Amino acid sequence: MEALEAVILTIITASTPLLLAATGELVTERSGVLNLGVEGMMIMGAVCSFAAAYTTGSALLGILVGLYAGVATSMLFAFLTQTLMTSQVATGLSLTLLGLGLSGLIGEGFTGLPGEKLESIHIPLLTDIPFIGPILFGQDILVYISLALIAAVSYVLFRTRIGLVINAVGNNHHSAHALGYGVIRVRYACIAFGGACSGLAGAYLALAYTPQWIENMSAGRGWIALALVVFSTWLPGRLLIGAYLFGTVWIMGLYVQGLGVGIPSQLLSSLPYLVTIVVLVIISGNRSLIRMNTPAMIGQPFAPER
Amino acid sequence: MKKLIGMVALALAMTFAAGAASAADKLKVGFIYIGPIGDHGWTYAHDQGRLAVEEALGDQVETVYVENVPEGPDAERAIERLARQGVGLIFTTSFGYMDPTIKVAKRFPDVKFEHATGYKQSENVASYNARFHEGRYVIGQIAAKMSKSGVAGYIASFPIPEVVMGINAFILGAQTVNPDFKLKVVWVNTWFDPGKEADAAKVLIGQGADIITQHTDSTAPLQIAEEQGVLGFGQASDMIHFAPKAQLTAIIDEWGPYYVERAQAVLDGTWESGDTWTGMAAGTVVMAPYTNMPDDVAAAAAETAAAIASGELNPFAGPVYKQDGTLAVAEGEVMDDGTLAGINWYVQGVDDTLPE
Repeated sequence: MEALEAVILTIITASTPLLLAATGELVTERSGVLNLGVEGMMIMGAVCSFAAAYTTGSALLGILVGLYAGVATSMLFAFLTQTLMTSQVATGLSLTLLGLGLSGLIGEGFTGLPGEKLESIHIPLLTDIPFIGPILFGQDILVYISLALIAAVSYVLFRTRIGLVINAVGNNHHSAHALGYGVIRVRYACIAFGGACSGLAGAYLALAYTPQWIENMSAGRGWIALALVVFSTWLPGRLLIGAYLFGTVWIMGLYVQGLGVGIPSQLLSSLPYLVTIVVLVIISGNRSLIRMNTPAMIGQPFAPER
Repeated sequence: MKKLIGMVALALAMTFAAGAASAADKLKVGFIYIGPIGDHGWTYAHDQGRLAVEEALGDQVETVYVENVPEGPDAERAIERLARQGVGLIFTTSFGYMDPTIKVAKRFPDVKFEHATGYKQSENVASYNARFHEGRYVIGQIAAKMSKSGVAGYIASFPIPEVVMGINAFILGAQTVNPDFKLKVVWVNTWFDPGKEADAAKVLIGQGADIITQHTDSTAPLQIAEEQGVLGFGQASDMIHFAPKAQLTAIIDEWGPYYVERAQAVLDGTWESGDTWTGMAAGTVVMAPYTNMPDDVAAAAAETAAAIASGELNPFAGPVYKQDGTLAVAEGEVMDDGTLAGINWYVQGVDDTLPE
């Protein structure tokens, strides 16, 4: 039971940054914008949150700074792609490169310093329940934020007027424009939300996952988040399943090896990708549903004059 | 348009002229790194070596480095770029750079190349490595003395000889103290992913390991050990700042002396290809201070390290049995370097199946 508890706790830790970053990217893509700079925004969130938490001694302030670092980085992307109308793919890729380089520069003075760890919450009685307590009531605040965010996104996208506008902008920006919605403004906001979520994911890496700053510490998690969004067919519920499925298979791969079972480790390392893709493809088997949910305008620039 | 082309041509010519001029004055020494220099592990240790070259040879050399170069085609491009920039001596510091280095070296016969941890050489490619496994033997002994559960967790990167011999040396060292010592191995298939290394450490601790050691490049596993109240070892650099209560010792790589010697050889015109494999005796592998352990354990560890350095003790002295029980090295003999450098099997006592 104790071993199982440890595994579940590790799975939650491994899944949370993916879920956070993917939630933001889902909203960005719903508005018709493909931001491939998730990795760059994440790493900027990580370095800035670490720097802030280390300097002030407050992990909570670190989270906030990480969030804003993500937003600031995403605003660069928004300005280039929405105002100057550069290619989203190329800009997103450069944003990743920029983020990785710039974070290294900012973090130079912070490498090798013991970080401020984001403490897990502790509710008397509830957290003390064996097994269930630590899993349900003993996580750090970002885990709860990640779950609340995906629920909120699901609600807003499908139950509110704001959600309708975002979907309209993402599906047909000309019609949305003709109806009087500010396409560019909506996209700016969605890109900012994506940046905020990536920043939080970065803060999670630097404050909770491995509380320290090391260059390149995101190690490709931004790309996994991007893939999860596509394979979830832009549906928040499936994204949640996908992120946790990925985390589960990822940790189980390590767990099985520790048991000394003779499965090739290379297979176990690729298994999270394979299983997540296969499962999400199976549950998204309905083609018309995929077409309905794919933002039709994704990656396309919008010029109001036309 | 013509004017533009003329300007570009002029700029190019100037760049080449400048390159040629500086190449004549100074020896440019280049380094290709697998991770960031701030990893506080493998790459950090190599970069300390680079700084040692600058310090020792001063004005005679100029150093450049490229960080975060993935193994594979990207490595080839990065190495070639350095060669084109007029770098005269290039150190490529990861196992996976072996074939790219050999390939680029063919195209630049005048440039000297040095590849770390590989086994291929050519006219202008030398290979070098450190006997890290000597340090692993020492920490294996410490682990067996300090472990209460009798189980250690080993986070491994890729199933290449360098890593396999480290695992073998660790368990051979541990068995001298506790013949039934258990070693759980988790392969993470990456050199550098702090998150995944931390995950692996947590999983291993959850499965009963109370000593964590790793052959990956970040400090994350040791930090998890600190956090969860178990013990561990630093890898490639002294990591005591990250785990003041958990680090028992660290295997430190000292590349500086070798790098200085090789750069000096190029300056003197005496550089020759070859294969260098030094360890504790030459000071390439050094143990960090022994901490968080009783004095007698520390004294025994220091004694073992001294015996290895003097050549009195060889970690792979017989009898050594393979995992399936066959005798690999007979009593009274030691494993020869050729066999050791290509080792692709576990010794008895490793609780894992070696990935092919």
